[in-house]
Amino acid sequence: MLIRHSSDVVPSEITSRRVFERRREFLQAAVGIGLSEVVYPLSSAIAAGKFPDTTKSSLSTLEKPTLFKDVTSYNNFYEFGTDKADPALHANTLKTRPWILSVEGLVKRPKAIAIDDLIKLAPLEERIYRMRCVEGWSMVIPWLGFPLATLLKSVEPLGAAKYVEFVSAADPKTMPGVNRGMIDWPYVEGLRLDEALHPLTILSVGLYGEPLPNQNGAPVRLVVPWKYGFKSGKSIVKIRLVEHEPKTAWMKAAPSEYGFYSNVNPEVDHPRWSQATERRIGEFFKRKTLAFNGYADKVARLYAGMDLKKFY
Amino acid sequence: MVWRLSCNPTRRQLAAIKIALFLLCLAPLLLLGWNAWNDALGANPIEAITRALGTWTLRLLLIILTISPLRKLTGRHWLLRLRRMLGLFVFFYAILHLTTYLWLDKFFDWQAIANDIFKRPFITIGMAAFALLVPLAATSSNAMMKRLGGKRWQQLHRTVYVIAIFGVAHYWWLVKLDVTSPLIYAALLTILLGVRLLWRYLERPQKWQEPSSIRCRSKTMAKQ
Repeated sequence: MLIRHSSDVVPSEITSRRVFERRREFLQAAVGIGLSEVVYPLSSAIAAGKFPDTTKSSLSTLEKPTLFKDVTSYNNFYEFGTDKADPALHANTLKTRPWILSVEGLVKRPKAIAIDDLIKLAPLEERIYRMRCVEGWSMVIPWLGFPLATLLKSVEPLGAAKYVEFVSAADPKTMPGVNRGMIDWPYVEGLRLDEALHPLTILSVGLYGEPLPNQNGAPVRLVVPWKYGFKSGKSIVKIRLVEHEPKTAWMKAAPSEYGFYSNVNPEVDHPRWSQATERRIGEFFKRKTLAFNGYADKVARLYAGMDLKKFY
Repeated sequence: MVWRLSCNPTRRQLAAIKIALFLLCLAPLLLLGWNAWNDALGANPIEAITRALGTWTLRLLLIILTISPLRKLTGRHWLLRLRRMLGLFVFFYAILHLTTYLWLDKFFDWQAIANDIFKRPFITIGMAAFALLVPLAATSSNAMMKRLGGKRWQQLHRTVYVIAIFGVAHYWWLVKLDVTSPLIYAALLTILLGVRLLWRYLERPQKWQEPSSIRCRSKTMAKQ
């Protein structure tokens, strides 16, 4: 006789407590916006479960994190469309397994790491960072990740390496926006080597305790909290150490509007709008934008003696 | 029945049409209010409200500009009698759009607003469009029409073409990179203004054909 145990459910199929507790919000969102937008974050959270063993970081802000719902439904990820609702609607096509991140260029030990090995490269830390978009809005996001420096040091950069280039995935089959032009795909971002090695700069693989939702740049993305959001490339497939300043996607798309550094700076306006204030998502009143997005005490020394109006 | 109504409605039919149009013009605002009330405007509701109000200002402007060509094509002159209400709705949505900017975006920080007007072309041209709308709204009554006289009134109200161009430019200059949507508005506006120019050319008085200077001028203007 076959006796069925009530615990035949695989742990990964159990709705996580976080999701379960937010079921009303998901339902409300489903009614308001249409089902497709909410199915994804819900199912991904259920399927992927949580990361065990993450540590807190002293580099986290104490500010209140933006709602999970907002962090995962209001995104700029042009590979999936230019409307901020598009990524949540369309990024379900992105395949995040298998995924290889290759680190190459001016390094002693180039390597190609599978995403599941990358996640185990270093202990995952929760980093609660402010995120300021160049468009004038901001969020507070509890990322999960580890310092980019850990990865970079493991490949042993050569003396000639001065910059780091980050290349995002650009698969026309799964990323519809790539077929629409506008940006010279793949999306390329870059940092100076010292910026890339800075302890604030992380590779993120999750947020809110869960693997990154596709619309937030799964399975691995860059997070550089003192720069405008677009500097933090999503869905990264290649990291190259190079000698010269990389030509980034936005510098190519609109050279008069976007510079290489793109540090958050209330004093230097975008040519078409002011950067003096920002709207924190979820808040009614606008806030004053802070120099280096509030991280000046940690990063301002990187730019000592530089004219930030010139190197914007 | 329907044909007769669309050909030449009676007074009562026209009144019914106007009421229906009034409610139709209010619908976007009611929908916006409903969505705001139900927290269905997404993560950045203030941006969503500002955008929607601006979009509807522009859409109504384009709808107004279709009336006169539509009348010409169909011979239904009564269509002209809907323009005043539509025009006032353009003004209404423009005021709401401007108010969201002044209040919810700038919180009446006049210094910041002045900076925007002088430094940012899309704000400059948006403000100019609004400023040009004010006299049109102010002279929309029958009494004002009489006071100005038909011809002068008509000349004044031709600034709606400039307003529409400014409105589309305002939209075009504010988008970050993807100009698909402003391009659609620009294309529609080009068609609406183009048919007017074309008709004007086709219906030009015969005597205009003789002096070469005028023809040259109109040609170069068309090129621009």
